This record gives sequence, C-alpha cells and structure tokens, in this order.
Amino acid sequence: MKVTVDEEKCCGAGTCVLLAPAVFDQRDEDGIVILLDERPGEDLHAIVREAASVCPGAAISVGEDA
Amino acid sequence: MPRRGDLGRRGRVSSPADVLVVGASAAGLATVEALRRKGYSGRVTVLGAEAHLPYDRPPLSKQVLAGDWEPERARLRPPDALSSLDAEFLLGDSAVSLDAATRTVRTAAGRVLTAEAVVIATGLRPRTLPGQENLAGVHVLRTLDDTLALRADVWPGSRVVVVGDGVLGSEIAATLSAMGARVTLTGPQPAPMAMQFGPLAAGLLARLHTERGVELRLGTATIGLVGKNGRIAGVQLADGTVLPADVVVVAFGAAPVTEWLSGSGLRCDNGVVCDSRCRAADGIYAAGDVARWHHETFDSLLRLENRTNATEQAVAVAGNILGEDRPYAPVPYFWTNQFDARIHVHGLLPADAEVSIVDGSPEDRRFVADYRVDGELVGVLGWNMPKQARQRRADIARVLTPSG
Ligand SMILES: Cc1cc2nc3c(=O)[nH]c(=O)nc-3n(C[C@H](O)[C@H](O)[C@H](O)COP(=O)(O)OP(=O)(O)OC[C@H]3O[C@@H](n4cnc5c(N)ncnc54)[C@H](O)[C@@H]3O)c2cc1C
Ligand code: SF4
Repeated sequence: MKVTVDEEKCCGAGTCVLLAPAVFDQRDEDGIVILLDERPGEDLHAIVREAASVCPGAAISVGEDA
Repeated sequence: MPRRGDLGRRGRVSSPADVLVVGASAAGLATVEALRRKGYSGRVTVLGAEAHLPYDRPPLSKQVLAGDWEPERARLRPPDALSSLDAEFLLGDSAVSLDAATRTVRTAAGRVLTAEAVVIATGLRPRTLPGQENLAGVHVLRTLDDTLALRADVWPGSRVVVVGDGVLGSEIAATLSAMGARVTLTGPQPAPMAMQFGPLAAGLLARLHTERGVELRLGTATIGLVGKNGRIAGVQLADGTVLPADVVVVAFGAAPVTEWLSGSGLRCDNGVVCDSRCRAADGIYAAGDVARWHHETFDSLLRLENRTNATEQAVAVAGNILGEDRPYAPVPYFWTNQFDARIHVHGLLPADAEVSIVDGSPEDRRFVADYRVDGELVGVLGWNMPKQARQRRADIARVLTPSG
C-alpha cells in the first residue's frame, strides 16, 4: 500500500489522525496533514482505507505498491 | 419515533443480495466504499441526479467559486478509483418514487430499480425567495453548475448582496469579496453565524468581514427581491431599505430532498426519520444531510448538514446493512474558511454555554474556545488552531444536550 496526501485539499479536520495516529499527524501551526508513514504495514491497511474514504477534504489517496 | 430495536427485530441477519444507493455524492459514495471495504461483494447500484462524476461541495464556495481550482479538482475520487468499486453508476437520472414495502425505485428516465437494501442519500435543496427563478442574476449555491453560473455572473466591482448570515452565506460573502466584488451580507442575526458561534466568535467574524470590505446589513429580515426588466435590481429589507444589487445570492437554508418519497410509506419530517441505526424501514436507510436519525447520546432526533457527518453516517449505514447493528452517535464537527480564518467546531455550541479561551488569543486571531454547560465541556471552537481544537475533542462530554 502506498499512501499520498494532497496538502492543498486538506481542511485540517484531523479525522485521519483520530483513526490512524501511527500514519497521520497534523502540523501544529495550521493543522494540515503530515504523512508519517507512506507505506503502512498490513495491520493498518483497513483503517488507512477508512481514513481515505472519510477524509472530509478527499485529500488522502491509497494506491497499490509499485 | 422509531427506537432502537423496533425495526431491528425484523432486520435480516445475512447481508442483502444487492444494494441501491440513491444520491451520488459524499454520503452515497462513502456508503459504497464502506460496503466494499467491509467485504461486501454483492451488486451495488448508485443512482445520481447530476450528470457529473461525484464531486465535493465544500470547495464550491471556496476554491471553485474563487477560480483557484478547476471543477475537476473538486471530484471526490479519480475515475479509476470509482471503477475499482465495481458499482454501477447511473448518473443524470433521478429517483421519482420509492415503494418501501418492495424497495422499488422508479426514475425520471423510466428505470425501475429494486434491491434488498436501499440507501437514501439525496441531500438538500436550497430554499428560495418568491419569484427568484424569473429574475436573472439571482443565484443559489448547492451544485457545481450553480457555482459556475454564479462565478460567471460576478466581476470585480459587481454589487453583490448575499441573503443569509449562516455558514454558507458568510462563506460566499468572504469568497466573493476577496474576488473584488462589492459585497453586502444581510440576515436577521446580530452578527454572521451568531446562532452557531455565540457572541464572541461571531463578533470576531463580523469584525473580519468588515475589515475586508464586506458591508454587514444584519439584524433585519429580507422581504423580497426587486427586479427590473427581468433582471435583479435590489433586495428589499424589512426596515424599508432596498439594497441595490447586480447579483444576489440566496443562502438562507436548505431543505431535505424528500418530495420523491411522498407516498413511499416512510416518515419524512425535516428529513427521512430513522432509528438509531439510521434505518427508516426494513431494508431502507438514510445517510448524510437528508437523514434525521435518533442520536442515542442526545436522546433526540438529529439532522446534521456537514461533510464529516455525510461520510461517517455512511460508514455506519454500510455496517448496519451488513448486520453490525450499531447505533450512530457521533460528536458533530464542521469547519469553515472565511478570508484567513479557518474555523473548526467540534461538538455543540449551545446559546447558553459559557465560553472561555483556553489556548491562544482572539487578538492574535488564533485561539481555542471551550463551550461549557453546567461545567461540562460540550463544544470546542478553534480559530486558526485546527490541531489544538481537535485535541480537545476527546474531552467533550459524552452526555450532551442539543441546542434545540
Ligand atoms: C457550497 C457548500 C459548501 C459547504 N462547505 C462545507 C464546509 O466547509 N464544511 C462542512 O462541514 N460542510 C460543508 N458543506 C456541507 C456538505 O457539503 C454537505 O454536508 C455534504 O455535501 C452532504 O452530503 P450528502 O451526500 O448527504 O448530500 P449532497 O452532497 O447534497 O448530495 C446529494 C446528491 O443526491 C442527488 N439527488 C438528489 N435528489 C435525487 C434523486 N431524486 N435521485 C437521485 N439523486 C438525487 C443530488 O443531485 C446530489 O448529488 C457545504 C455545502 C455546500 C453546498
Ligand atoms: S482527515 Fe483529511 S482533511 Fe482532515 S486532516 Fe486528515 S487529510 Fe486533512
């Protein structure tokens, strides 16, 4: 799994951080998403897919590993 | 009001053979994604009135209206992500009726669709002023087409009157003003979003709008529109004033799209009335702006009009379709961007709440405010401090009373 984030689409909701704190964080100054782990382990795949689906900015994409 | 368990006893245990989702936007799409993520492999059909691929609405009043984004950038998913869902999208056709007993939907194009589970995700339609459809230059903002039409009508120096001082009207006023239009914002409240935010944050918002050149004509109702030769000329206020206008945006609320459900057998009262599982009848669910469901923690019917509710409720609906039988009881959340203010709200901000600044300062236009009722934290507002506001979300009292 390869995760990408689009900072410009991120609205800083933090929904992703609440779901998967090992993969996502937010910048202190403006709340924009920080991707901590762009290739999360298998055990996190389901929750990362959920984060991508419920992100209110549609800012998270999940692709298959190249 | 249907209560937990009322319908559940009749609910099926195994998952349905097929699912029909009516409404192809945030809630509809998230339902399909959640079904697939949860392993559902049955047939999925999505019916959507708009011909566009599913797109997102929050950017409409922000980046798309401003012209910073091409409309394609507001798409919810790239086309290949949609096709990987293995769902049939029937776009540009709308449901005209539902028979709840047989779960049969008829469409404007003459389709007859039946499924073992039906999800209603038809959202809202803006309220309008009498006669506005006959006047050029009067707009609403709900769809992409609305946005492009408004954008094409506004030029630097245009006199724009925005009717509606809630979140959408305030946001549109900010965006159009930043584009160089001469904007007047009018509505019945003492300050923009006063009912949602309370006096402190709404007062700050009023200051921000005024500093940036928006003229506030608040505390007065709008009586109607004044036209000239088929085009808008002004907005008539209750105090007798007519605000001259080249363009008017009407943004004073929206109503759930439920006319197509009349005669369906479902109860529609300010939305599709659902139990705590977001279920309106056996095998029929509602999600997003159109759904009014029983929030167990608040112990009342609630309908939320915000983006995270659309997707989170969709996840709950997908789970309940698959037999999870779990109540949906979220802590509400929304955000709005106006000029340089990024405002994030978690929980509820009741009018009688005691407000205290717990981080940053209003003077710096960077702060977090707690909203407490009887000492209990019921809501948090962050002004340009999204992360710090979100971090207080977990402390919001489990037992809340909605503001009414
Ligand atoms: C301009 C704008 C800005 C916003 N900004 C924010 C924001 O900053 N923050 C925030 O939290 N929320 C915001 N919102 C609210 C958020 O966009 C909504 O809560 C969200 O779109 C709700 O999703 P939904 O899928 O329930 O409904 P909708 O997005 O309204 O989708 C319903 C879909 O159903 C279709 N439909 C309707 N009737 C039928 C029918 N009979 N048959 C088939 N299809 C039908 C419609 O065409 C539409 O595509 C904004 C909304 C707007 C309009
Ligand atoms: S959930 Fe989406 S919008 Fe919210 S912080 Fe994460 S990436 Fe940004």
